[in-house]
Amino acid sequence: MASVTVSSPAARRRRVNEYAPTAILFLAPTVILLLVFVAWPILESLRLSFTHWTGLGKSQTYVGLSNWARLLQDGVFWQALGNNLVIAGLSIAVQLPVALGLAVLLDRGGRRLRLFKLAYFMPLLVSSVAIGFLFKYIYDPNFGLLNAVLNSVGLKALAKSWLGDPALALYAVLAVICWQFIPFYMLVFQAALAAIPSELHDAATIDGASDNQFFWRITLPMLRGTIRTSAVLSLIGSLRYFDLIYVLTGGGPSGSTELMATYMYKQAFASFNFGYGSTVAVALILMVLVISGLVLLLTRRFQTEV
Amino acid sequence: MQRTQFHPLTWLLALVWLVITLFPFWFMVSSSFKGPMESYTRPVWALPVKPSFNNYLSVLEGGFFHYVGNSVLVVSLSVGLILILSAMAAYVFARLPYRPVKPLFGLIVAGLAVPVHVTLIPVYTLTTKLGIYDTPWALIGPYVAFSLPLSIFILTEFVRQIPRELDDAARVDGCSPARTFFSIILPLTGPGMATMGIYNTVMLWNEFVFAYTLTSSPQQRTLPLAIWEFQGQYSANVPAIMAVLTLTALPMIMAYLFGQERIIRGMMAGALKG
Repeated sequence: MASVTVSSPAARRRRVNEYAPTAILFLAPTVILLLVFVAWPILESLRLSFTHWTGLGKSQTYVGLSNWARLLQDGVFWQALGNNLVIAGLSIAVQLPVALGLAVLLDRGGRRLRLFKLAYFMPLLVSSVAIGFLFKYIYDPNFGLLNAVLNSVGLKALAKSWLGDPALALYAVLAVICWQFIPFYMLVFQAALAAIPSELHDAATIDGASDNQFFWRITLPMLRGTIRTSAVLSLIGSLRYFDLIYVLTGGGPSGSTELMATYMYKQAFASFNFGYGSTVAVALILMVLVISGLVLLLTRRFQTEV
Repeated sequence: MQRTQFHPLTWLLALVWLVITLFPFWFMVSSSFKGPMESYTRPVWALPVKPSFNNYLSVLEGGFFHYVGNSVLVVSLSVGLILILSAMAAYVFARLPYRPVKPLFGLIVAGLAVPVHVTLIPVYTLTTKLGIYDTPWALIGPYVAFSLPLSIFILTEFVRQIPRELDDAARVDGCSPARTFFSIILPLTGPGMATMGIYNTVMLWNEFVFAYTLTSSPQQRTLPLAIWEFQGQYSANVPAIMAVLTLTALPMIMAYLFGQERIIRGMMAGALKG
Protein backbone atom coordinates (compact mmCIF):
# COMPACT_ATOMS: atom_id res chain seq x y z
CA MET A 1 0.00 0.00 0.00
CA ALA A 2 2.32 2.73 -1.13
CA SER A 3 -0.23 5.09 -2.56
CA VAL A 4 -0.42 8.50 -0.92
CA THR A 5 -3.88 9.26 0.35
CA VAL A 6 -4.99 11.39 3.23
CA SER A 7 -7.92 9.22 4.27
CA SER A 8 -7.66 6.97 7.30
CA PRO A 9 -6.86 3.29 6.73
CA ALA A 10 -10.38 2.32 7.65
CA ALA A 11 -11.96 4.77 5.21
CA ARG A 12 -9.54 3.67 2.54
CA ARG A 13 -10.38 0.04 3.05
CA ARG A 14 -14.04 0.81 2.75
CA ARG A 15 -13.50 2.77 -0.45
CA VAL A 16 -11.25 0.06 -1.83
CA ASN A 17 -13.76 -2.63 -1.04
CA GLU A 18 -16.48 -0.91 -2.98
CA TYR A 19 -14.44 -1.60 -6.12
CA ALA A 20 -14.00 -5.27 -5.39
CA PRO A 21 -17.24 -6.57 -6.96
CA THR A 22 -16.64 -4.68 -10.22
CA ALA A 23 -12.99 -5.73 -10.38
CA ILE A 24 -13.80 -9.38 -9.77
CA LEU A 25 -16.75 -9.41 -12.13
CA PHE A 26 -14.82 -7.69 -14.91
CA LEU A 27 -11.87 -10.04 -14.62
CA ALA A 28 -13.80 -13.26 -14.11
CA PRO A 29 -14.44 -14.16 -17.77
CA THR A 30 -10.81 -13.46 -18.72
CA VAL A 31 -9.46 -15.49 -15.82
CA ILE A 32 -11.80 -18.39 -16.54
CA LEU A 33 -10.88 -18.48 -20.23
CA LEU A 34 -7.17 -18.35 -19.48
CA LEU A 35 -7.48 -21.06 -16.86
CA VAL A 36 -9.43 -23.36 -19.18
CA PHE A 37 -7.52 -22.82 -22.41
CA VAL A 38 -4.02 -21.91 -21.26
CA ALA A 39 -3.20 -22.81 -17.66
CA TRP A 40 -5.04 -26.12 -17.34
CA PRO A 41 -3.80 -27.42 -20.72
CA ILE A 42 -0.20 -26.77 -19.70
CA LEU A 43 -0.62 -28.74 -16.48
CA GLU A 44 -2.58 -31.43 -18.30
CA SER A 45 0.20 -31.73 -20.89
CA LEU A 46 2.68 -32.13 -18.07
CA ARG A 47 0.55 -34.89 -16.58
CA LEU A 48 0.09 -36.61 -19.93
CA SER A 49 3.83 -36.51 -20.48
CA PHE A 50 4.08 -39.25 -17.84
CA THR A 51 1.55 -41.51 -19.55
CA HIS A 52 1.08 -43.75 -22.54
CA TRP A 53 -2.11 -42.81 -24.30
CA THR A 54 -3.36 -43.20 -27.86
CA GLY A 55 -5.82 -40.35 -27.42
CA LEU A 56 -8.70 -42.74 -27.91
CA GLY A 57 -10.62 -44.11 -24.95
CA LYS A 58 -9.58 -44.01 -21.36
CA SER A 59 -6.57 -46.27 -21.44
CA GLN A 60 -4.02 -43.86 -20.01
CA THR A 61 -1.28 -45.72 -18.24
CA TYR A 62 1.30 -43.99 -16.10
CA VAL A 63 4.76 -44.87 -17.22
CA GLY A 64 6.80 -42.59 -14.98
CA LEU A 65 9.72 -40.96 -16.69
CA SER A 66 9.91 -43.33 -19.64
CA ASN A 67 8.66 -40.73 -22.16
CA TRP A 68 11.26 -38.31 -20.87
CA ALA A 69 13.99 -40.92 -21.11
CA ARG A 70 12.88 -41.59 -24.68
CA LEU A 71 12.99 -37.85 -25.42
CA LEU A 72 16.60 -37.60 -24.26
CA GLN A 73 17.60 -40.34 -26.69
CA ASP A 74 15.32 -39.27 -29.53
CA GLY A 75 17.53 -38.14 -32.38
CA VAL A 76 14.61 -36.57 -34.24
CA PHE A 77 13.75 -34.38 -31.27
CA TRP A 78 17.29 -33.10 -30.96
CA GLN A 79 17.45 -32.54 -34.70
CA ALA A 80 14.19 -30.57 -34.42
CA LEU A 81 15.57 -28.49 -31.57
CA GLY A 82 18.72 -27.89 -33.60
CA ASN A 83 16.65 -26.81 -36.61
CA ASN A 84 14.69 -24.43 -34.38
CA LEU A 85 17.91 -22.87 -33.18
CA VAL A 86 19.37 -22.65 -36.71
CA ILE A 87 16.20 -20.95 -37.91
CA ALA A 88 16.26 -18.60 -34.91
CA GLY A 89 19.91 -17.68 -35.42
CA LEU A 90 19.72 -17.25 -39.18
CA SER A 91 16.41 -15.40 -38.93
CA ILE A 92 18.04 -12.81 -36.72
CA ALA A 93 21.22 -12.69 -38.79
CA VAL A 94 19.40 -12.26 -42.12
CA GLN A 95 16.09 -10.58 -41.31
CA LEU A 96 17.28 -7.81 -39.05
CA PRO A 97 20.07 -6.38 -41.26
CA VAL A 98 17.93 -6.52 -44.42
CA ALA A 99 14.99 -5.02 -42.55
CA LEU A 100 17.18 -2.27 -41.17
CA GLY A 101 18.55 -1.52 -44.63
CA LEU A 102 15.05 -1.28 -46.07
CA ALA A 103 13.91 0.88 -43.17
CA VAL A 104 16.77 3.30 -43.84
CA LEU A 105 15.73 3.35 -47.52
CA LEU A 106 12.14 4.10 -46.61
CA ASP A 107 13.22 6.71 -44.10
CA ARG A 108 15.39 8.51 -46.64
CA GLY A 109 12.78 8.19 -49.35
CA GLY A 110 10.01 9.57 -47.20
CA ARG A 111 6.82 10.16 -49.12
CA ARG A 112 8.43 9.28 -52.43
CA LEU A 113 8.52 5.62 -51.35
CA ARG A 114 5.06 5.49 -49.80
CA LEU A 115 3.70 3.11 -52.42
CA PHE A 116 6.75 0.90 -52.05
CA LYS A 117 6.14 0.67 -48.33
CA LEU A 118 2.51 -0.27 -48.87
CA ALA A 119 3.53 -3.05 -51.24
CA TYR A 120 6.32 -4.33 -48.98
CA PHE A 121 3.78 -4.88 -46.24
CA MET A 122 1.59 -7.28 -48.22
CA PRO A 123 3.10 -10.64 -47.17
CA LEU A 124 2.06 -9.89 -43.58
CA LEU A 125 -1.61 -9.96 -44.56
CA VAL A 126 -1.54 -13.42 -46.10
CA SER A 127 -1.84 -16.58 -44.01
CA SER A 128 1.25 -18.73 -43.58
CA VAL A 129 -0.74 -21.60 -45.05
CA ALA A 130 -1.38 -19.70 -48.29
CA ILE A 131 2.24 -18.60 -48.41
CA GLY A 132 3.33 -22.18 -47.81
CA PHE A 133 1.28 -23.51 -50.72
CA LEU A 134 2.37 -20.67 -52.98
CA PHE A 135 6.04 -21.33 -52.37
CA LYS A 136 5.55 -25.05 -52.73
CA TYR A 137 4.70 -24.32 -56.36
CA ILE A 138 7.47 -21.78 -56.69
CA TYR A 139 10.00 -24.35 -55.45
CA ASP A 140 8.58 -27.28 -57.42
CA PRO A 141 11.57 -28.95 -59.13
CA ASN A 142 9.81 -29.58 -62.45
CA PHE A 143 7.13 -26.97 -62.87
CA GLY A 144 8.18 -24.39 -60.30
CA LEU A 145 8.70 -20.72 -60.97
CA LEU A 146 12.18 -20.57 -59.47
CA ASN A 147 13.74 -23.31 -61.60
CA ALA A 148 11.94 -22.05 -64.69
CA VAL A 149 13.46 -18.62 -64.18
CA LEU A 150 16.92 -20.07 -63.54
CA ASN A 151 16.70 -22.23 -66.67
CA SER A 152 15.57 -19.36 -68.83
CA VAL A 153 18.46 -17.11 -67.82
CA GLY A 154 20.98 -19.86 -68.52
CA LEU A 155 21.61 -20.86 -64.91
CA LYS A 156 20.29 -24.38 -65.37
CA ALA A 157 23.09 -25.66 -63.16
CA LEU A 158 21.61 -23.77 -60.23
CA ALA A 159 18.16 -25.30 -60.60
CA LYS A 160 17.62 -27.64 -57.68
CA SER A 161 15.09 -29.78 -55.96
CA TRP A 162 14.78 -27.07 -53.36
CA LEU A 163 12.53 -28.78 -50.88
CA GLY A 164 13.54 -32.34 -51.77
CA ASP A 165 17.20 -32.08 -50.91
CA PRO A 166 17.82 -32.50 -47.16
CA ALA A 167 20.86 -30.24 -47.41
CA LEU A 168 18.86 -27.41 -48.97
CA ALA A 169 15.34 -27.69 -47.61
CA LEU A 170 15.91 -25.84 -44.34
CA TYR A 171 17.46 -22.89 -46.17
CA ALA A 172 14.72 -22.85 -48.77
CA VAL A 173 12.19 -22.67 -45.94
CA LEU A 174 14.22 -20.00 -44.23
CA ALA A 175 14.12 -17.87 -47.38
CA VAL A 176 10.33 -17.95 -47.28
CA ILE A 177 10.35 -17.03 -43.59
CA CYS A 178 12.56 -14.04 -44.43
CA TRP A 179 10.30 -13.03 -47.30
CA GLN A 180 7.33 -13.16 -44.97
CA PHE A 181 8.73 -11.41 -41.91
CA ILE A 182 11.33 -8.92 -43.11
CA PRO A 183 8.55 -6.37 -43.79
CA PHE A 184 7.49 -6.61 -40.17
CA TYR A 185 10.90 -5.76 -38.76
CA MET A 186 11.36 -3.18 -41.50
CA LEU A 187 8.33 -1.29 -40.20
CA VAL A 188 9.47 -1.66 -36.60
CA PHE A 189 12.81 -0.08 -37.55
CA GLN A 190 11.17 2.54 -39.66
CA ALA A 191 9.04 3.67 -36.73
CA ALA A 192 12.16 3.87 -34.59
CA LEU A 193 14.03 5.86 -37.26
CA ALA A 194 11.16 8.30 -37.59
CA ALA A 195 11.42 8.93 -33.85
CA ILE A 196 15.03 10.14 -34.06
CA PRO A 197 14.87 13.95 -33.93
CA SER A 198 16.00 15.58 -37.18
CA GLU A 199 17.98 18.17 -35.20
CA LEU A 200 20.49 15.45 -34.49
CA HIS A 201 21.10 14.97 -38.19
CA ASP A 202 21.34 18.71 -38.78
CA ALA A 203 23.77 19.14 -35.90
CA ALA A 204 25.94 16.26 -37.08
CA THR A 205 25.97 17.62 -40.64
CA ILE A 206 27.09 21.02 -39.39
CA ASP A 207 29.85 19.30 -37.47
CA GLY A 208 30.94 17.77 -40.77
CA ALA A 209 29.65 14.21 -40.33
CA SER A 210 28.82 12.29 -43.50
CA ASP A 211 25.57 10.36 -43.80
CA ASN A 212 27.52 7.17 -43.32
CA GLN A 213 29.20 8.38 -40.17
CA PHE A 214 25.87 9.55 -38.88
CA PHE A 215 24.37 6.14 -39.46
CA TRP A 216 27.11 4.15 -37.74
CA ARG A 217 27.82 6.57 -34.89
CA ILE A 218 24.39 7.97 -34.08
CA THR A 219 21.52 6.09 -35.70
CA LEU A 220 22.68 2.56 -34.98
CA PRO A 221 23.48 3.16 -31.30
CA MET A 222 20.11 4.87 -30.92
CA LEU A 223 18.37 1.82 -32.37
CA ARG A 224 20.00 -0.55 -29.90
CA GLY A 225 16.80 -1.05 -27.93
CA THR A 226 14.72 -1.67 -31.04
CA ILE A 227 17.23 -4.13 -32.42
CA ARG A 228 17.21 -6.01 -29.14
CA THR A 229 13.41 -6.12 -29.03
CA SER A 230 13.28 -7.35 -32.62
CA ALA A 231 15.87 -10.03 -31.93
CA VAL A 232 13.84 -11.25 -28.96
CA LEU A 233 10.62 -11.29 -30.98
CA SER A 234 12.32 -13.13 -33.80
CA LEU A 235 13.91 -15.65 -31.44
CA ILE A 236 10.72 -16.43 -29.57
CA GLY A 237 8.75 -16.53 -32.83
CA SER A 238 11.22 -19.02 -34.28
CA LEU A 239 10.74 -21.47 -31.43
CA ARG A 240 7.03 -21.76 -32.12
CA TYR A 241 7.23 -21.92 -35.88
CA PHE A 242 4.75 -24.34 -37.37
CA ASP A 243 2.25 -23.43 -40.13
CA LEU A 244 4.61 -22.64 -42.95
CA ILE A 245 6.86 -25.66 -42.44
CA TYR A 246 3.97 -28.01 -41.93
CA VAL A 247 2.60 -26.99 -45.33
CA LEU A 248 5.88 -26.65 -47.22
CA THR A 249 7.75 -29.77 -46.17
CA GLY A 250 5.87 -31.42 -43.31
CA GLY A 251 9.24 -31.60 -41.56
CA GLY A 252 10.94 -33.60 -44.31
CA PRO A 253 12.88 -34.67 -46.24
CA SER A 254 14.19 -37.10 -43.61
CA GLY A 255 13.67 -34.70 -40.72
CA SER A 256 15.83 -31.96 -42.21
CA THR A 257 13.18 -29.30 -41.57
CA GLU A 258 11.54 -30.90 -38.53
CA LEU A 259 10.80 -28.42 -35.76
CA MET A 260 9.74 -29.10 -32.18
CA ALA A 261 6.19 -27.96 -32.94
CA THR A 262 5.81 -30.07 -36.11
CA TYR A 263 7.31 -33.09 -34.37
CA MET A 264 4.95 -32.69 -31.43
CA TYR A 265 2.00 -32.36 -33.78
CA LYS A 266 2.91 -35.46 -35.76
CA GLN A 267 3.54 -37.54 -32.65
CA ALA A 268 0.13 -36.62 -31.25
CA PHE A 269 -2.17 -36.31 -34.22
CA ALA A 270 -0.56 -38.52 -36.86
CA SER A 271 0.99 -41.31 -34.75
CA PHE A 272 -1.53 -40.99 -31.90
CA ASN A 273 1.13 -40.94 -29.24
CA PHE A 274 -0.63 -38.41 -27.06
CA GLY A 275 1.64 -39.24 -24.14
CA TYR A 276 4.90 -38.78 -25.96
CA GLY A 277 3.49 -35.86 -27.96
CA SER A 278 2.76 -34.14 -24.65
CA THR A 279 6.32 -34.78 -23.56
CA VAL A 280 7.59 -33.00 -26.67
CA ALA A 281 5.09 -30.19 -26.05
CA VAL A 282 6.28 -29.69 -22.50
CA ALA A 283 9.88 -29.76 -23.70
CA LEU A 284 8.91 -27.03 -26.19
CA ILE A 285 7.50 -24.75 -23.51
CA LEU A 286 10.51 -25.46 -21.29
CA MET A 287 12.79 -24.35 -24.13
CA VAL A 288 10.74 -21.19 -24.63
CA LEU A 289 10.90 -20.43 -20.92
CA VAL A 290 14.62 -21.09 -20.62
CA ILE A 291 15.47 -19.05 -23.70
CA SER A 292 13.11 -16.17 -22.85
CA GLY A 293 14.50 -16.18 -19.32
CA LEU A 294 18.07 -16.08 -20.58
CA VAL A 295 17.29 -13.28 -23.00
CA LEU A 296 15.50 -11.27 -20.32
CA LEU A 297 18.42 -11.80 -17.99
CA LEU A 298 20.90 -10.69 -20.63
CA THR A 299 19.00 -7.66 -21.84
CA ARG A 300 17.00 -6.92 -18.69
CA ARG A 301 14.96 -4.02 -19.98
CA PHE A 302 13.64 -4.91 -23.37
CA GLN A 303 10.13 -3.61 -22.89
CA THR A 304 8.79 -0.55 -24.69
CA GLU A 305 12.11 0.70 -25.88
CA VAL A 306 10.93 1.18 -29.44
CA MET B 1 14.24 14.04 -40.89
CA GLN B 2 15.64 16.14 -43.65
CA ARG B 3 16.90 14.18 -46.66
CA THR B 4 19.55 15.85 -48.64
CA GLN B 5 20.16 13.45 -51.49
CA PHE B 6 18.28 10.49 -52.80
CA HIS B 7 20.73 8.36 -54.63
CA PRO B 8 19.73 6.42 -57.79
CA LEU B 9 21.14 3.35 -56.05
CA THR B 10 18.50 3.81 -53.35
CA TRP B 11 15.78 3.65 -55.98
CA LEU B 12 17.37 0.55 -57.44
CA LEU B 13 17.48 -1.25 -54.08
CA ALA B 14 13.92 -0.24 -53.33
CA LEU B 15 12.89 -1.65 -56.70
CA VAL B 16 14.73 -4.92 -56.13
CA TRP B 17 12.83 -5.56 -52.90
CA LEU B 18 9.61 -4.55 -54.61
CA VAL B 19 10.17 -7.24 -57.23
CA ILE B 20 11.06 -9.81 -54.56
CA THR B 21 7.87 -8.99 -52.68
CA LEU B 22 5.50 -8.85 -55.62
CA PHE B 23 6.83 -11.55 -57.93
CA PRO B 24 5.30 -14.45 -55.94
CA PHE B 25 1.97 -12.61 -55.81
CA TRP B 26 2.11 -11.91 -59.52
CA PHE B 27 2.85 -15.60 -60.18
CA MET B 28 -0.14 -16.55 -58.04
CA VAL B 29 -2.59 -14.19 -59.70
CA SER B 30 -1.47 -14.66 -63.29
CA SER B 31 -1.44 -18.48 -62.96
CA SER B 32 -4.94 -18.41 -61.55
CA PHE B 33 -6.29 -17.21 -64.90
CA LYS B 34 -4.69 -20.04 -66.88
CA GLY B 35 -6.15 -23.22 -68.30
CA PRO B 36 -5.56 -26.49 -66.37
CA MET B 37 -2.62 -27.73 -68.49
CA GLU B 38 -1.06 -24.40 -69.31
CA SER B 39 1.33 -24.59 -66.35
CA TYR B 40 2.89 -27.67 -67.91
CA THR B 41 2.89 -26.78 -71.58
CA ARG B 42 4.05 -23.19 -71.44
CA PRO B 43 6.64 -21.38 -69.29
CA VAL B 44 5.19 -20.83 -65.82
CA TRP B 45 6.00 -17.13 -65.80
CA ALA B 46 4.24 -16.50 -69.11
CA LEU B 47 1.00 -14.57 -69.11
CA PRO B 48 -2.15 -16.64 -69.55
CA VAL B 49 -2.86 -17.34 -73.24
CA LYS B 50 -6.58 -16.89 -72.84
CA PRO B 51 -7.28 -15.43 -69.40
CA SER B 52 -10.44 -16.94 -67.98
CA PHE B 53 -12.38 -16.87 -64.76
CA ASN B 54 -13.17 -20.59 -65.02
CA ASN B 55 -10.98 -21.47 -62.05
CA TYR B 56 -12.62 -18.85 -59.91
CA LEU B 57 -16.07 -19.98 -60.93
CA SER B 58 -15.38 -23.60 -60.14
CA VAL B 59 -13.86 -22.71 -56.76
CA LEU B 60 -16.71 -20.40 -55.83
CA GLU B 61 -19.24 -23.04 -56.79
CA GLY B 62 -17.27 -25.72 -54.96
CA GLY B 63 -18.32 -24.68 -51.46
CA PHE B 64 -15.92 -21.80 -51.02
CA PHE B 65 -18.54 -19.67 -49.31
CA HIS B 66 -18.90 -22.21 -46.50
CA TYR B 67 -15.34 -21.45 -45.51
CA VAL B 68 -15.88 -17.72 -45.77
CA GLY B 69 -19.06 -17.97 -43.71
CA ASN B 70 -17.34 -20.01 -41.00
CA SER B 71 -14.41 -17.62 -40.92
CA VAL B 72 -16.64 -14.57 -40.66
CA LEU B 73 -18.65 -16.18 -37.86
CA VAL B 74 -15.64 -17.33 -35.84
CA VAL B 75 -13.54 -14.21 -36.34
CA SER B 76 -16.28 -11.68 -35.67
CA LEU B 77 -17.51 -13.43 -32.51
CA SER B 78 -13.96 -13.96 -31.24
CA VAL B 79 -12.81 -10.41 -31.94
CA GLY B 80 -15.96 -8.97 -30.35
CA LEU B 81 -15.36 -11.01 -27.21
CA ILE B 82 -11.64 -10.21 -27.16
CA LEU B 83 -12.29 -6.47 -27.36
CA ILE B 84 -14.94 -6.26 -24.67
CA LEU B 85 -13.21 -8.66 -22.28
CA SER B 86 -9.82 -7.03 -22.67
CA ALA B 87 -11.26 -3.52 -22.29
CA MET B 88 -12.95 -4.61 -19.07
CA ALA B 89 -9.75 -6.18 -17.75
CA ALA B 90 -7.71 -3.15 -18.85
CA TYR B 91 -10.07 -0.88 -16.92
CA VAL B 92 -9.61 -2.94 -13.77
CA PHE B 93 -5.82 -2.94 -14.06
CA ALA B 94 -5.45 0.68 -15.08
CA ARG B 95 -8.02 2.25 -12.82
CA LEU B 96 -9.65 0.29 -10.02
CA PRO B 97 -7.82 0.61 -6.70
CA TYR B 98 -8.35 -3.00 -5.70
CA ARG B 99 -4.95 -4.46 -4.92
CA PRO B 100 -5.64 -8.20 -4.66
CA VAL B 101 -6.16 -8.51 -8.44
CA LYS B 102 -3.07 -6.55 -9.48
CA PRO B 103 -0.69 -9.56 -9.55
CA LEU B 104 -2.98 -11.11 -12.18
CA PHE B 105 -1.72 -8.57 -14.71
CA GLY B 106 1.76 -10.08 -14.70
CA LEU B 107 0.35 -13.60 -14.89
CA ILE B 108 -1.90 -12.72 -17.83
CA VAL B 109 0.91 -11.01 -19.72
CA ALA B 110 3.10 -14.06 -19.10
CA GLY B 111 0.55 -15.88 -21.27
CA LEU B 112 2.22 -14.14 -24.23
CA ALA B 113 5.13 -16.55 -23.91
CA VAL B 114 3.02 -19.69 -24.12
CA PRO B 115 3.28 -21.50 -27.47
CA VAL B 116 -0.17 -22.67 -28.56
CA HIS B 117 1.17 -26.13 -29.39
CA VAL B 118 1.60 -26.96 -25.70
CA THR B 119 -2.14 -26.69 -25.23
CA LEU B 120 -3.24 -28.52 -28.38
CA ILE B 121 -3.67 -32.04 -26.98
CA PRO B 122 -5.64 -31.03 -23.85
CA VAL B 123 -7.73 -28.50 -25.80
CA TYR B 124 -8.46 -31.18 -28.37
CA THR B 125 -9.60 -33.69 -25.74
CA LEU B 126 -11.63 -31.02 -23.95
CA THR B 127 -13.33 -30.05 -27.20
CA THR B 128 -14.24 -33.67 -27.88
CA LYS B 129 -15.64 -34.07 -24.36
CA LEU B 130 -17.74 -30.93 -24.72
CA GLY B 131 -19.20 -32.32 -27.93
CA ILE B 132 -18.20 -29.31 -30.00
CA TYR B 133 -15.37 -31.00 -31.88
CA ASP B 134 -15.68 -30.33 -35.62
CA THR B 135 -17.83 -27.24 -35.22
CA PRO B 136 -16.73 -23.62 -35.67
CA TRP B 137 -17.69 -23.03 -32.00
CA ALA B 138 -14.71 -25.09 -30.90
CA LEU B 139 -12.37 -22.37 -32.17
CA ILE B 140 -13.78 -19.43 -30.28
CA GLY B 141 -12.57 -20.36 -26.78
CA PRO B 142 -8.91 -20.91 -27.74
CA TYR B 143 -8.93 -17.92 -30.10
CA VAL B 144 -10.21 -15.55 -27.43
CA ALA B 145 -8.00 -16.96 -24.67
CA PHE B 146 -4.80 -16.75 -26.70
CA SER B 147 -5.52 -13.23 -27.93
CA LEU B 148 -6.36 -11.80 -24.52
CA PRO B 149 -2.85 -11.35 -23.06
CA LEU B 150 -1.59 -9.00 -25.76
CA SER B 151 -4.89 -7.14 -26.04
CA ILE B 152 -5.10 -6.63 -22.28
CA PHE B 153 -1.47 -5.52 -22.15
CA ILE B 154 -1.93 -2.90 -24.85
CA LEU B 155 -5.36 -1.68 -23.79
CA THR B 156 -4.19 -1.28 -20.19
CA GLU B 157 -1.50 1.10 -21.43
CA PHE B 158 -4.16 2.82 -23.46
CA VAL B 159 -6.63 3.28 -20.59
CA ARG B 160 -3.80 4.67 -18.43
CA GLN B 161 -3.46 7.53 -20.93
CA ILE B 162 -7.09 8.60 -20.51
CA PRO B 163 -7.18 11.60 -18.13
CA ARG B 164 -8.19 10.49 -14.64
CA GLU B 165 -10.21 13.67 -14.13
CA LEU B 166 -12.90 12.13 -16.31
CA ASP B 167 -13.54 9.17 -14.03
CA ASP B 168 -13.22 11.37 -10.97
CA ALA B 169 -15.90 13.64 -12.34
CA ALA B 170 -18.10 10.65 -13.10
CA ARG B 171 -17.64 9.33 -9.57
CA VAL B 172 -18.52 12.68 -8.06
CA ASP B 173 -21.66 12.61 -10.17
CA GLY B 174 -22.51 9.28 -8.59
CA CYS B 175 -21.49 6.84 -11.34
CA SER B 176 -20.72 3.33 -10.16
CA PRO B 177 -17.36 1.89 -11.32
CA ALA B 178 -19.16 -0.28 -13.85
CA ARG B 179 -21.18 2.62 -15.20
CA THR B 180 -18.01 4.74 -15.42
CA PHE B 181 -16.49 2.04 -17.56
CA PHE B 182 -19.40 1.76 -19.95
CA SER B 183 -20.15 5.46 -20.33
CA ILE B 184 -16.72 7.10 -19.99
CA ILE B 185 -13.82 4.69 -20.47
CA LEU B 186 -15.20 2.36 -23.14
CA PRO B 187 -16.05 5.13 -25.66
CA LEU B 188 -12.65 6.75 -25.13
CA THR B 189 -10.85 3.43 -25.66
CA GLY B 190 -12.18 3.33 -29.22
CA PRO B 191 -8.90 4.00 -31.05
CA GLY B 192 -7.05 1.41 -28.95
CA MET B 193 -9.79 -1.12 -29.58
CA ALA B 194 -9.68 -0.36 -33.30
CA THR B 195 -5.97 -1.16 -33.31
CA MET B 196 -6.45 -4.39 -31.41
CA GLY B 197 -9.48 -5.24 -33.51
CA ILE B 198 -7.46 -5.01 -36.70
CA TYR B 199 -4.55 -6.96 -35.27
CA ASN B 200 -6.70 -9.77 -33.92
CA THR B 201 -8.86 -9.94 -37.05
CA VAL B 202 -5.85 -10.44 -39.32
CA MET B 203 -4.29 -12.97 -36.95
CA LEU B 204 -7.43 -15.05 -36.46
CA TRP B 205 -8.53 -14.82 -40.10
CA ASN B 206 -5.26 -16.54 -40.96
CA GLU B 207 -5.11 -18.91 -37.98
CA PHE B 208 -4.27 -22.48 -38.84
CA VAL B 209 -3.24 -24.83 -36.01
CA PHE B 210 -6.39 -24.76 -33.89
CA ALA B 211 -8.63 -24.77 -36.95
CA TYR B 212 -6.77 -27.76 -38.37
CA THR B 213 -6.86 -29.68 -35.08
CA LEU B 214 -10.34 -28.89 -33.82
CA THR B 215 -12.33 -29.29 -37.03
CA SER B 216 -12.24 -32.02 -39.65
CA SER B 217 -15.07 -31.80 -42.16
CA PRO B 218 -15.03 -29.27 -45.01
CA GLN B 219 -18.44 -27.91 -43.97
CA GLN B 220 -17.08 -26.82 -40.61
CA ARG B 221 -13.69 -25.47 -41.57
CA THR B 222 -12.39 -21.91 -41.86
CA LEU B 223 -10.76 -20.19 -44.79
CA PRO B 224 -7.08 -21.10 -44.25
CA LEU B 225 -8.14 -24.75 -44.50
CA ALA B 226 -10.02 -24.21 -47.74
CA ILE B 227 -6.66 -24.39 -49.49
CA TRP B 228 -6.05 -27.71 -47.80
CA GLU B 229 -9.33 -29.20 -48.97
CA PHE B 230 -9.23 -27.81 -52.49
CA GLN B 231 -5.68 -29.04 -52.92
CA GLY B 232 -6.89 -32.59 -52.51
CA GLN B 233 -9.65 -31.96 -55.00
CA TYR B 234 -7.58 -30.25 -57.68
CA SER B 235 -4.32 -32.12 -57.02
CA ALA B 236 -2.54 -31.41 -60.31
CA ASN B 237 -4.55 -28.43 -61.46
CA VAL B 238 -2.10 -25.73 -60.38
CA PRO B 239 -4.08 -22.79 -61.82
CA ALA B 240 -7.17 -23.80 -59.84
CA ILE B 241 -5.14 -23.96 -56.63
CA MET B 242 -3.70 -20.54 -57.39
CA ALA B 243 -7.28 -19.26 -57.74
CA VAL B 244 -8.04 -20.64 -54.26
CA LEU B 245 -4.93 -18.96 -52.87
CA THR B 246 -5.86 -15.66 -54.49
CA LEU B 247 -9.40 -15.86 -53.16
CA THR B 248 -8.27 -16.60 -49.61
CA ALA B 249 -5.80 -13.72 -49.63
CA LEU B 250 -8.26 -11.32 -51.25
CA PRO B 251 -10.39 -10.20 -48.27
CA MET B 252 -7.41 -8.97 -46.27
CA ILE B 253 -5.77 -7.35 -49.29
CA MET B 254 -9.03 -5.57 -50.13
CA ALA B 255 -9.39 -4.32 -46.57
CA TYR B 256 -5.79 -3.15 -46.79
CA LEU B 257 -6.49 -1.12 -49.92
CA PHE B 258 -9.05 0.85 -47.95
CA GLY B 259 -7.24 1.40 -44.68
CA GLN B 260 -3.53 0.98 -45.36
CA GLU B 261 -1.97 3.10 -42.64
CA ARG B 262 -4.51 1.98 -40.08
CA ILE B 263 -3.90 -1.67 -40.81
CA ILE B 264 -0.15 -1.22 -40.73
CA ARG B 265 -0.42 0.50 -37.38
CA GLY B 266 -2.72 -2.22 -36.09
CA MET B 267 -0.40 -5.00 -37.20
CA MET B 268 2.57 -3.32 -35.58
CA ALA B 269 0.81 -3.14 -32.22
CA GLY B 270 2.32 -6.45 -31.21
CA ALA B 271 5.87 -5.24 -31.74
CA LEU B 272 5.73 -1.72 -30.50
CA LYS B 273 5.06 -2.79 -26.96
CA GLY B 274 7.83 -5.37 -26.88
